[in-house]
This record gives sequence, C-alpha cells and structure tokens, in this order.
Amino acid sequence: MQKALLIDPDKCTGCLQCEMACSFEHEGRFNPSRSRIRVFTFHHEGCFVPYACTQCADAWCLQACPVEAIVDDRTLGVKRVVDERCVGCKVCTIACPFGTINYSQASGKVIKCDLCGGDPACARACPTTAIRYTDADQTGYEKMRRWAARSITAAEATA
Amino acid sequence: MQHLIVGAGPAGVHAAETLRRLDPDAGILLLSGEAEPPYSRMAIPYLLSRHIDEAGTWLRPSPEHFQRHRIDVRHGLVERIDSTHNRIHLNDGSRLDYDRLLLATGASPRQPPVAGVELPGVLPCWTLEQARAIARRLQPDLPVVLMGAGFIACILLEALLRRGARVTIVEREPHMVPRMMNPTAASMLKRWVEAKGARVLTGHAVELIEPNGDGLRVCLDHGEPLEARLVIPAAGVSPNIGFLRDSGIGLDQGIVVDRHLRTNIDNIFAAGDVAQGPDFSSGGFQVQAIQPTAVEHGRIAATNMTRDGALCHAGSLNMNVLDTLGLISTSFGNWRGAPDGEQVELLDEAGWRYLNLQFDGDHLTGASSLGHSDHIGVARGLIQGRVALGEWKTRLLREPTRLMEAWLARSLAAAPSG
Repeated sequence: MQKALLIDPDKCTGCLQCEMACSFEHEGRFNPSRSRIRVFTFHHEGCFVPYACTQCADAWCLQACPVEAIVDDRTLGVKRVVDERCVGCKVCTIACPFGTINYSQASGKVIKCDLCGGDPACARACPTTAIRYTDADQTGYEKMRRWAARSITAAEATA
Repeated sequence: MQHLIVGAGPAGVHAAETLRRLDPDAGILLLSGEAEPPYSRMAIPYLLSRHIDEAGTWLRPSPEHFQRHRIDVRHGLVERIDSTHNRIHLNDGSRLDYDRLLLATGASPRQPPVAGVELPGVLPCWTLEQARAIARRLQPDLPVVLMGAGFIACILLEALLRRGARVTIVEREPHMVPRMMNPTAASMLKRWVEAKGARVLTGHAVELIEPNGDGLRVCLDHGEPLEARLVIPAAGVSPNIGFLRDSGIGLDQGIVVDRHLRTNIDNIFAAGDVAQGPDFSSGGFQVQAIQPTAVEHGRIAATNMTRDGALCHAGSLNMNVLDTLGLISTSFGNWRGAPDGEQVELLDEAGWRYLNLQFDGDHLTGASSLGHSDHIGVARGLIQGRVALGEWKTRLLREPTRLMEAWLARSLAAAPSG
C-alpha cells in the first residue's frame, strides 16, 4: 500500500519544525518561506493546520503543465517536478485548486511536496506526531483530500 | 474506429492520449499545421530568453512518445472538410478519412489593421519559426516596438530586455493587460515595467509602419514617431476558423459546441483555443484560449468521441497567470465582479502588491492579484468548488490574503465526517 502524509491538526503546536526541516531538505538552508509544507494559523480557533500537496489523483498541476515537467512517480505515489524541464510558466500554480504548488523566484521553477523520495523530513521533524507518514487510509488528511478532489471534479465534468 | 485530430497543440495532444487510453485499438491521426514536433507556444518566451533549447518547448520530451502510443503524427494543412463523406482535403491535394473528427486548430495573432504590417521586420512571435526569426534579429540595443500591452507582450518583455533590446510598448487601450487586470493593478504594472527599463505608451494607436533606411518608422496617432528595427504585433489572438467558412459547421466567435464539445455535426468535435466552450463563471459559452482549458477540452472531447456523451462539461474557469519582468499577476473567474456583488481590494503600492476578491452571496466568484502568488491556486478551489464561506466571508473582507485559511477551514468543516 502506498504511504501518504497523515496530518492531525489537533496535535500541531505551530512550532514550525516541519517547515524548517522541509526547507533544509530541499534548499539546504533553514528558510520557512521556501518550505513545501506550510503551517497555517487560526487565531480565532487557536489552532494550527500543517498543509502540503496531497498528491491528488486528479493531478491538476501535472495535467496543466505545457512541457511535461511534472511527472507521476507511481511507485511512491508522488507528483514530482522535473527541474530540468520546468520553464517557470506558473500555469500549474493557478491550476492546482489546493494552492500547494508554488513558484520560487530564487530558482525560477515551481516547487511542491515530493515526499522527500519516501522519507519525508517534515514527519521526521514533527515532535508531536501531528505529521505522520503512514499507509494512506480514510481518516483525516486522506478524507479531506478525497472530499476536496470530489468537490472540484463534480463542478468540472459529470455524466 | 478512425479518429482524426486537426491541430497538435495541448488540446490535440491530450485528446490523442485520452483516446489511446480509452480505445486501445482505434486509429489515431494527429495532424499538425507546423513541421515541428508538437510543442508549447507558452514555452517560446523561455526559448527566446535562452533558458531552454527547442526541445524544451516540446509538449512531450520523449521523441518516441507518439510512436509508442501509436499516435500517427503528420504534417499538413486542411483546405476543407467534406462532412458528408467524413473526409478532409489537405492543401497538398491529399485526403484523409475519419469516423470521428476533432478540430483543435488553435488561434493566431490578430493582424493589426495598419498599413505596413506586411513589411519585413514586422514579425509576430507565435510559432517556433517566428521565434527563430526574432531570435536571429535580437541583439544589444536593437530598438523593438511591441504593438499591444496584453498578455503576450508582457511575457515577451523579459526575453527582449534580457537580450538587450530597447523596447517600446504601444497600447491603444488606456491601460495594460485589460483582459486580466483593472486600472489599479495595471497602473502599478506600468510603473514596474517602466522602472525595469521599457517604455510604455498607453492610449496610443499605431497608424502606419513605413520603411526607414535599414529599419522601420512606426507612426502613432499622436506624438513622435518611433524608430524600430523590429516590430512585434501582440494585439491578441483569434480562433483559426477561416477554413471552416463553407463547411456547414456552426461558427460564432469560435467553433460553436455543446457541453459535450460536439459541434452541430454529430461526429465532429472541437477543443482548445478554437472552441467556444462552456464557461464556468457565466454559465454560457466563450473562447478562453488558455492552457488549462485546452487540456480539459482535449480530455472531455476525446472521451465523448469514443464513449458517446459520457462527459458533460460544467464549464472551464477562465484564469491566467502572467510574469512581467518578475512581477507576477493572476486572474480568476469573474474578477471584474458583479454589479450587486461584494468586493474587497488590498493595495500596497510601495510593496508592489495588490489583491482583489469578488463575492456573490456566500461564495468567492473571482479574484485578481499582483505580487501575491503563494498558494494562489486556492482561489480556483474556492471559486470552482463553490465553497460556502460562512463566517470566512467576513474574515476575507477584513483580511483578503487569508484565502488558504478560508479554504482549509471551510473544506474541513464541510467534509463529511466518518
């Protein structure tokens, strides 16, 4: 069974270790603004929600790419940006309805979660197990991902 | 079953691949109007700026891709369609038969109605061949005039300035990129472009282009004429429908289609920049001429070509993203707003940032931005997912940048439990 990031916002303390780890893993430095995973703060509710690409089946980013610079790595269940192909046109950044693929001015390419090749640094760094890398199932993050995908797909094309 | 696809852009290529996936035994012929491997026009500016080589513009990097999927790619131009006999005639005298036909012939730059546009030195930048011709001419200090300050002109600016050209943009409208930004954002963009070293003349029309020694003189409706060695018309594009005039296929702004992307002729479909397809925001039909819509069209049309009426298209969301010399702008859906809708604007002139959100009742219906690009795709999710905002509408009216939080909160709240 493929593994996925399982996120439990109730356990997140907003420490941002995941953003640090992600940025260091991908960029070689601690710069949360370059992180592929982001922690969103909800002051009213007093809670934090870590969020990254869900590697959705619709793969809006991959579909929209004009030069096949995003590929589907089926063994890992990940949609990966091929830096050598990406021209930086940013069409994927507006096509992704979840806002989880972003343009990096520094590299001139888009960046997204690639699950660190099967050992996500964010999950390793999380001190409260709010982020786990585990079998994809029907709880939490996975539920959200399915609901979100369905709500957009329903608006797009049905029988 | 023989499928014939005319046009090898994103719509045609996605259609061919979808057909192969759904119908392993079908014959699939992809007819390209240009003698090139299928490529992306969107990549041309990056070719001109030397970020990529020509292979970097190809829609599919593997040279064997089409062969491997048994998609027969040929080069040819359609002269006319004989829908009575399910046959197309090419301009070299040959003919091709089909069971299902997909028209994905794309669009072409509009020729400005100006004397002198036929002169050498006046070159649109639309095809790879034209890009090569422009690349050969580009050199430091070359005076270049861009006719039009729309999407294509803006995206070419980076490459032109990088190659050292001295660029003047002439735009008839009072502000830049009128199809994706309002005057507030456009005036910021104009200041940005000028600060980066290009000259922008809005509210000016080109009246005449004439030879001037080795170069050209561009005469305007008012003000001094401009000296140029290269003039690039970039005043928008129109669907390629000329060859269909007497075909019996229904035409309006583009090829008229229904929600299955079928034309008025049962076994003929249309997709991409040439098709007047369903629009999500208005509920009507419009030519959108954008990459994501071309891809959707290709997939939906192909599915219906092989599985009769299987997909009914609820509409594509019109959206754009544009990088003008490093300043990124976006637009989504009904960004101009509705007369009785609510809106919020956030303007930071010094920080080169602008955000505009448009609401209708409980829903976000449009957005446009300048300098805000992180997580911006979620605007699409909120609009096209028809996410009920609840209390988050009030919060967004107060703090418009919190789109991502709104989406997370409302999608989690609305997700079925258990």
